[in-house]
Amino acid sequence: MTQLSAEELTLTYETNTIIDRINLNIPKGKITIIIGANGCGKSTILHALGRLMKPKQGSVYLNGKNIHQYSPKEVAKQLAFLAQSPEILEDLTVEELCLYGRHPHKSLFARHSDKDKAVVEEALKATKMDLLKDRTLDALSGGQRQRAWIAMALAQETDILLLDEPTTYLDLAHQIEVLELLRALNQKHKNTIIMVLHDLNQAASYADYLISIADGEIYQEGTPNDIFTEEMIQHVFGLNSKIIESPVNQAPICIPIGVI
Amino acid sequence: MIRKKKPNLLISICGIILLAFSFISLGIGSISISPIDIFYTLIGHSSGNSFILFNYRLPRMIIAIIVGASLAVAGAILQIILKNPLASPDVVGVTKGASLFAVASMILLPNALTIMLPISALLGAITVATILLVFSYKQGAKTHSFALIGIALSAICQAGIQFFIVKFPDNVNTTLLWLTGSLWGRSWNEIMFLIPCLILLPIMLVFARKLEILGLGDKVAASLGENVQLLRYSFLSVSVILTGASVAVVGSIGFIGLVVPHLSKRLVDTNARRFITMSAILGALFLLVADTIGKGLMPPVEIPAGIVTALIGAPYFLYLLRREKNK
Repeated sequence: MTQLSAEELTLTYETNTIIDRINLNIPKGKITIIIGANGCGKSTILHALGRLMKPKQGSVYLNGKNIHQYSPKEVAKQLAFLAQSPEILEDLTVEELCLYGRHPHKSLFARHSDKDKAVVEEALKATKMDLLKDRTLDALSGGQRQRAWIAMALAQETDILLLDEPTTYLDLAHQIEVLELLRALNQKHKNTIIMVLHDLNQAASYADYLISIADGEIYQEGTPNDIFTEEMIQHVFGLNSKIIESPVNQAPICIPIGVI
Repeated sequence: MIRKKKPNLLISICGIILLAFSFISLGIGSISISPIDIFYTLIGHSSGNSFILFNYRLPRMIIAIIVGASLAVAGAILQIILKNPLASPDVVGVTKGASLFAVASMILLPNALTIMLPISALLGAITVATILLVFSYKQGAKTHSFALIGIALSAICQAGIQFFIVKFPDNVNTTLLWLTGSLWGRSWNEIMFLIPCLILLPIMLVFARKLEILGLGDKVAASLGENVQLLRYSFLSVSVILTGASVAVVGSIGFIGLVVPHLSKRLVDTNARRFITMSAILGALFLLVADTIGKGLMPPVEIPAGIVTALIGAPYFLYLLRREKNK
């Protein structure tokens, strides 16, 4: 099982320090959700974890080895990154998109093997996109399109899946659909899922492990029951709230009262 | 969106049309030669027209094919890596850079060897491309900065060209002919300059899949294990060399790099190998047709191929813009 961690990670945009010397140890086989206010750097952390950004200082470690010492291709075999609302590619069918997920596993000349096709078929089934596989991406609803991208990431056959706000621009039912899908995948394949989410209650409900970011540092991390408190929400989001227990799944729920 | 069912068949058909048309183009010019004579001459059974055929028409046809294919593929690459359907070698300033250097050498060194012209054009293309790379690197090699810096460089080069034309009106005739782009009088000597194209075009087919991945977007390409910056610079360099070498030989022929990839995209699916192949075939066909019309319409007067490509290309382009808007 692949292990992802970070030590003394400092991330900057030009001269602006976004994240200042944080240490991270992502629990294996669990869903980890990063939360924080707009512009706090949660998405930046995700990019660094996915090798899409070079840290100013400190390192991200994949199985104990600095992630920048791997070739991009080796990383892509172990870790899939799903960007926030990728471009809408016309003309491309769901199946073709999904086949791109096999790219890191193939040499330049290789055609699609039977294994590639089998993996893609599996990924399409898991995301319930198998019946839509011949549709082009511009002919899909937002929720279907997001499932198609998740199918592509699954076809990459990685132990780790990083998702940057996978529910953006989706209506509530489709948000829940995507989150339920990710939870089902996590339970079935025991892969490590790390994502950034905006909706606090969804984060509390779907995370095994929560990380809250404030002032460029990790404010608190732990299970939702441990850290999802009125005090944390006040500090991280500047929001007064009341936390109650969900009558459905006992997850904590935040009821906003007012901005401080 | 309708899926294109048989792209390979379509590519083969276009390939056959190109082949047939190359044969026809050999017969057209100030002296027309019938296809039967051409055939007999090519296989060595007749020698009546062999001088014209082997020394003028054949190299000219081959140059038209290589240059047309190169300009189209250069445009196809740019449209994918800049994610802009309006990108073409002209937009990133490469054509204008080559033109500026060529004009300078024609006007400042009128007595230099004829070989100086293509060499300076190539130098111009490489100079502009280098400036483009240096400036865009500082901007983090974002796609839009390539286009914006390219437009600025184009404008500077254009100003330089105009300066030469206004300042030295006496030697302006050959310069203007060259700026329009023409295949008149090209022979085997110039084919040498197209050797880079002959090497790069097949290489592009090998690396087409990487181009396709890059077309999915920077983050997607990176998460699929590609070094996005390195790839973008490599493909940009290929595009520059293809353009530079082409402009060096035929002058600045416009519209091929813009219109042909656009058309090809509509004819084949998203597979970049097929897209590149189709662009190459149609680019070759476009320039060959333009040149054949130019030399066959009212012989012995020739209309430069650059004028014909603009006459065909510009209306088609306007049609495309209209179509895009209506979508």
